[in-house]
Amino acid sequence: MAQFELLINGTRHQVEADPGASLLWILREDLGLTGTKYGCGIAQCGTCTIHVDGNPMRACALRVENVSGGQQITTIEGLSEGGNHPLQEAWIAAQVPQCGYCQPGQIMQAAALLRQNPTADRETIRNYMSGVLCRCGTYMRILEAIERAGKAMTESKTA
Amino acid sequence: MPHPNTNTSTSRRQFLKTTGGTALFIGTSGLLPTLISCSDKDRITKTLAQHELTAWVRLAEDGSLTIFNPAAEMGQGSMTSLPLLFAEEMDADWNQVQVAFSPQVTEIYGSPGWAPGTKLMFTVGSRTTNSYYNVMRNAGAQARYVLMYSAAQHWQVPLDELETEPHRVLHRPSGKALSFGELASLLQMPETLPEFGPDQLKDPTEFRWVGKEIARTEIPAKVDGSARFACDIRLPEMIYGVLERGNLHGSRPTLRNESDILAMKGVLKIVPFEYAIGVVAETLEAALTAKNRLEISWSEAPATGFNSQEIFSSYANRARSGEAGETVHESGDVSAALASAVKVYSGEFRNDYVYHAQMEPLNAVARISEDGQKAEVWVGSQQGPDSKLGVPGLLGIPPENVDIHLQYLGGGFGRRSMNDFVTECVLLAKEMAPRPVKLLWTREDDVRYGAYRPLSLQHLKAGVDGKGRVTALYHCVVGDGGNLVASGSRNDHYDIPNQCAEWRETSHGVRLKHWRSVGHGPNKYAIECLLDEVAAGEGMDPVALRRNLMARSPRALATLNRAAEMAGWDTPAPEGRARGVAFVEHGSLGTGICEISVNRSSGDIRVHRFWCALDAGVAVHPDNIRAQMEGGLIMGMSSVLKERITIVDGHVQQSNYSDYPLLRMNEAPESIEVDILPSSDHPEGVGETATPMVACAIANAFFRLTGKRLRHLPFTPERVREALAS
Ligand code: FES
Ligand code: FES
Repeated sequence: MAQFELLINGTRHQVEADPGASLLWILREDLGLTGTKYGCGIAQCGTCTIHVDGNPMRACALRVENVSGGQQITTIEGLSEGGNHPLQEAWIAAQVPQCGYCQPGQIMQAAALLRQNPTADRETIRNYMSGVLCRCGTYMRILEAIERAGKAMTESKTA
Repeated sequence: MPHPNTNTSTSRRQFLKTTGGTALFIGTSGLLPTLISCSDKDRITKTLAQHELTAWVRLAEDGSLTIFNPAAEMGQGSMTSLPLLFAEEMDADWNQVQVAFSPQVTEIYGSPGWAPGTKLMFTVGSRTTNSYYNVMRNAGAQARYVLMYSAAQHWQVPLDELETEPHRVLHRPSGKALSFGELASLLQMPETLPEFGPDQLKDPTEFRWVGKEIARTEIPAKVDGSARFACDIRLPEMIYGVLERGNLHGSRPTLRNESDILAMKGVLKIVPFEYAIGVVAETLEAALTAKNRLEISWSEAPATGFNSQEIFSSYANRARSGEAGETVHESGDVSAALASAVKVYSGEFRNDYVYHAQMEPLNAVARISEDGQKAEVWVGSQQGPDSKLGVPGLLGIPPENVDIHLQYLGGGFGRRSMNDFVTECVLLAKEMAPRPVKLLWTREDDVRYGAYRPLSLQHLKAGVDGKGRVTALYHCVVGDGGNLVASGSRNDHYDIPNQCAEWRETSHGVRLKHWRSVGHGPNKYAIECLLDEVAAGEGMDPVALRRNLMARSPRALATLNRAAEMAGWDTPAPEGRARGVAFVEHGSLGTGICEISVNRSSGDIRVHRFWCALDAGVAVHPDNIRAQMEGGLIMGMSSVLKERITIVDGHVQQSNYSDYPLLRMNEAPESIEVDILPSSDHPEGVGETATPMVACAIANAFFRLTGKRLRHLPFTPERVREALAS
């Protein structure tokens, strides 16, 4: 066991872990940040998507020692104050989730996209989002919500 | 939660029993009315003694209501649709409603209609809205009655002079009114509580909330990460369990390195199962590391020697042999009608195993008291024939000593109607009592030890008379699992006078389970494709042929006509594309039409658009119905184009999304359009009507585009290329 310092959602956390330990289990089981989900463990489903320095990453594929050098880790719990990120609002407006299990990963992936490119077109969105699976089949509404949020974000900037 | 002092709890309450078998309870303060419908007085007394607040609704003085949802929420929307029905009849203001899961007590919260006289809490078969429709409305009407009775007593006026508007009771003659919140402190309980039959409930035209655009209650928690699934539960002193089950179903393990495993850091115990080796450890990482190091010898099993992709020729021989199968249904005389038909069309259709692939792998948390007499389980389950999920039997304790804390399900699709994972978790927790154990299935466990939709083969014959009318339909299903392969072979909405379906049993020792739509997927595929072949052979338009067959089923016909209209069926598809149609009856009635193109060199089929018209009876929550259709269609496309489990010498060959791919966002269609036809008939389930449309609609479109037939699910690029080259 070794001691690691993780900077998550703006808070420093000291964790004890073996080098090589997956960030996903540390988030979920040690720190109780359970909004980040486990779906495959091999970077295939995207349900564990978080941000590291603003980039979307699969927490299941991150080793603790590689993200404890001061990188800013953001999980769904830290995406916004009170769940009011434009994407979260758009997700509610479009009534996206069904079972909901994949949705934190979807929203985190979409948030990274809109930060880089709030006016992304459909084809770009489809490709950017294709790493996050949804078994309930909410893709059409995800698409709608991302377009809606992108619009809201560009409008609020120009306003 | 069990009440610490059950005697006190009972005596503090007022208990009334009526001839109708309905009892009503008031909480100690008199502020919390709780209603219970139950025929067994002792049962009610007992239940109440154990649960401080067991009922359908709680009312607070600020007017807020908490309505209990008795069904699992796995994405299908029960957390909104059922309480909505209750609130409608209670005449509550939906904006003041909160929703919570009810306790798992079948006598109170079960729905009827399973076997005569029985009730169950079982979220399966698209039955929830259908079977709870009148249960929720009656319970809501009873809650309204209590409020009106209390107001009548308070004002000393006859009850029949009262009426309600949302969240208020009114006495028009005197102009008095009391809000539900104000009534909370004035509650009085009537001597008897009437049962409200369908005739005494609102007519659908009077609905204020039902049928309107209502936001789902649990969606905000599902977008901020706070929605809790069983795998999110963390308890003090909790430890972790995993099992290695291998990939040969029914095989028995012998562990060869037990002492090495026990010596590993964090490992607490090895728990042998008949079919698996369990490891319990202090941390999840330690449990998973130990699982990877297990050295196990596996015995042979009934599945040994079975190769899924080689079995179809023997299935085909079985289908063509003269053996007598089990009759699934029969009307008229199919043999005679086929013999006298002017033309007989026949076809053979095959499907591989498919896996549920719900995004949340199976898991549960269980805590058992030190003396083994009490158990708590946190689980996402579709519940079961026993609402305590078999736990009392496992531990030899009475059902009231078991608390099931139902959590959101990260997908069910039938897999979570099988509670094998609950059993495993409870057995581990029993070993480790009183420490709570979280059991996690890895994705690999979930795939390899899955319970699949069976592979099967359908052999169909259709007889046509001289006027192009289908007079006979014979349907033979060969496969394992009885109703798992036979469901959906019956056609209630096609006017075909002579029909017969039979099932010929096989068995391979592979675990099987209901998978969204069950046998409807493969069977509707076969039926709808053969009808398409009849249409082609008779020179008829596929929609026109179905129109004739639906002449006696106006509701089915309306979905066909509407879908054809939405898709512009009579106009040509864009260059390089073609459309295909399919009709499905699964509770609700629906017609789907897709528009596809094919990449002839790669063999990839692309679904561009899908249109769907549905008659579901009263549409309780229309946006949710649309969501169910969209999701069901996407899951259909995924399974039809990509998914299959294959078995070699009994061993499951797939293990994760890397070799069991699902449809991804970049492969989703350009649009899915759903139209819900108005109806005031009793609501029917919608969760499983869309999925079976997809295979036949795609195959029929493929024929119109290429002149070739696709006869084996899934339509992988390889099979598509083969069909094109044939
Ligand atoms: S759990 Fe990390 S990508 Fe699937
Ligand atoms: S909402 Fe269920 S997996 Fe996406």
